[in-house]
Amino acid sequence: MIALLYLLAGVLFILGLRGLGSPRTARRGNQIAAVGMLVASVVTVFWVIDQPLSALWWVIIVGAIVGGAIGGVLALKVRMTSMPELVAAFNGFGGGASALVAFAAIVATDTVVGTEVKYATETEVTVALSIAIGVVTLSGSFVAYGKLKGIITGKPVALPGGPYFNLMLVILMTAASVWAIAFNEPMGYWILAAIAVVLGVTGVIPIGGADMPVVISLLNSLSGVAASMAGFVIGNQGLIIAGALVGAAGFILTVQMSEAMNRSIANVLFAGFGTEGAAPIDAGDKPVNSATPEDVAISLAYAQKVIIVPGYGLAVAQAQHAVRELATALEERDVTVEYAIHPVAGRMPGHMNVLLAEAEVPYDVLLDLDQSNPKFPHTDVTLIVGANDVVNPSAREAGSVIYGMPILDVDLASTTVVIKRSLSPGFAGIDNPLFYMPTTMMLFSDAKAALENIHEALIEL
Amino acid sequence: MSPEFIQGIVVFVLSAFIGFEVISKVPPTLHTPLMSGANAISGITIVGAIIAAAFAEGPLAIILGLLAMVFAMINVAGGFLVTDRMLEMFKKKPGAKK
Repeated sequence: MIALLYLLAGVLFILGLRGLGSPRTARRGNQIAAVGMLVASVVTVFWVIDQPLSALWWVIIVGAIVGGAIGGVLALKVRMTSMPELVAAFNGFGGGASALVAFAAIVATDTVVGTEVKYATETEVTVALSIAIGVVTLSGSFVAYGKLKGIITGKPVALPGGPYFNLMLVILMTAASVWAIAFNEPMGYWILAAIAVVLGVTGVIPIGGADMPVVISLLNSLSGVAASMAGFVIGNQGLIIAGALVGAAGFILTVQMSEAMNRSIANVLFAGFGTEGAAPIDAGDKPVNSATPEDVAISLAYAQKVIIVPGYGLAVAQAQHAVRELATALEERDVTVEYAIHPVAGRMPGHMNVLLAEAEVPYDVLLDLDQSNPKFPHTDVTLIVGANDVVNPSAREAGSVIYGMPILDVDLASTTVVIKRSLSPGFAGIDNPLFYMPTTMMLFSDAKAALENIHEALIEL
Repeated sequence: MSPEFIQGIVVFVLSAFIGFEVISKVPPTLHTPLMSGANAISGITIVGAIIAAAFAEGPLAIILGLLAMVFAMINVAGGFLVTDRMLEMFKKKPGAKK
């Protein structure tokens, strides 16, 4: 009976995830998944009540209140621009919880004095996996959090020995696990956890800030796998089902993010993009069309079709409302405005969509790569706000470091306006020929100030 | 391997395939809420945390159980709430509203 109720929770998670796949049903989907979680939790509480042993209710209640309060406050207070950090942090807590559950199971067998309680070898393997994956997720997520928040440098940090350093850590972790399992030595699990903390840090720190979307997706997947392994430890199919669903979902997203940058997952994790071989930029003597907000306002006002391309600069400047106001003013002049969003724009997959949704931009004018590229040749003005590498035409030229990366073909529009603080390169560390094209106007400014100035100039026309 | 463990592997593999199938067609617009929602679901480990906390014996076990409860609850409560907050903002054009 209990197992059937966990199955019900699993079915609700599947329906919830499916709901999250379409904008119309997404909110309902999330709520269905939350109901699934409630079912699983309540069933567990009744199972505990049903046991002959008396339960430590205060630990459960205190833990639930403290955790619920912390999670609730963080969730309700976060600004939409900081969403990637928060998701990374929540991820870390989930992974950490799975590792703790596995530890608690080990300690429980340890304290049953006089009786030789020991798990089967295969279960002990899943204990080691829960601890290893859970702890790596915990420490890795907090390094990702620090990088996104700017506490830790967003640049790739080179490790001594490069990827071999982490390989060595994995070998040491395997050795500690073997010691724990084959020699029945619980200390091995603690050593395993200590090395896993280091691996989480050294695994994420060499990866550049711009690759964090891939890293967060991967950590999300790992937190699911950790939950599944914890399910094997405590013999609970609810955990196995839900964990495997999340593991698979996170993995699919990881692959999609990597593909959007034309790189393999291995390349993202081990290559330390931009740490080597990036040629110094010599932009000194190339002519640039520097424009004023008034120039931009005029070309926008007399356009029929405008496509806005937002990038991370928009998020940094908190300019989502300013861009929406400018778009509304243009629409009042019968200019068609749409948004083209590159899959890796921002610091998290879909981050731009969330920011624009916050500014009440309807989701049906947000175009993805495949929808927007056929439209650029028929577009009068493309307005690029704080994006760089994802609109770099060098991706079409063999020999460029970013050759083959799918880009938005903004240069095919009649006029291209780039709002950017300076000519400095993006994370790929290469120059962008788009900036020097005769059809490109550069407006050097903070994104928010620029959009507001253009808006003002537009009103005065 | 015990029959239960093998059954667990069967469930794990089939669930993973369901996860692949359900997620592979999601539009990029929803990637952030999807990750956040999936992340909340990985808080299922709260089930393990409740059991660990309930039957903890000795100070070490109680600390582990309590921490597991706190961590899992942050993940569950925060994850679902923040996903809901994001999705609340996803709207169609005002004219197209039902």
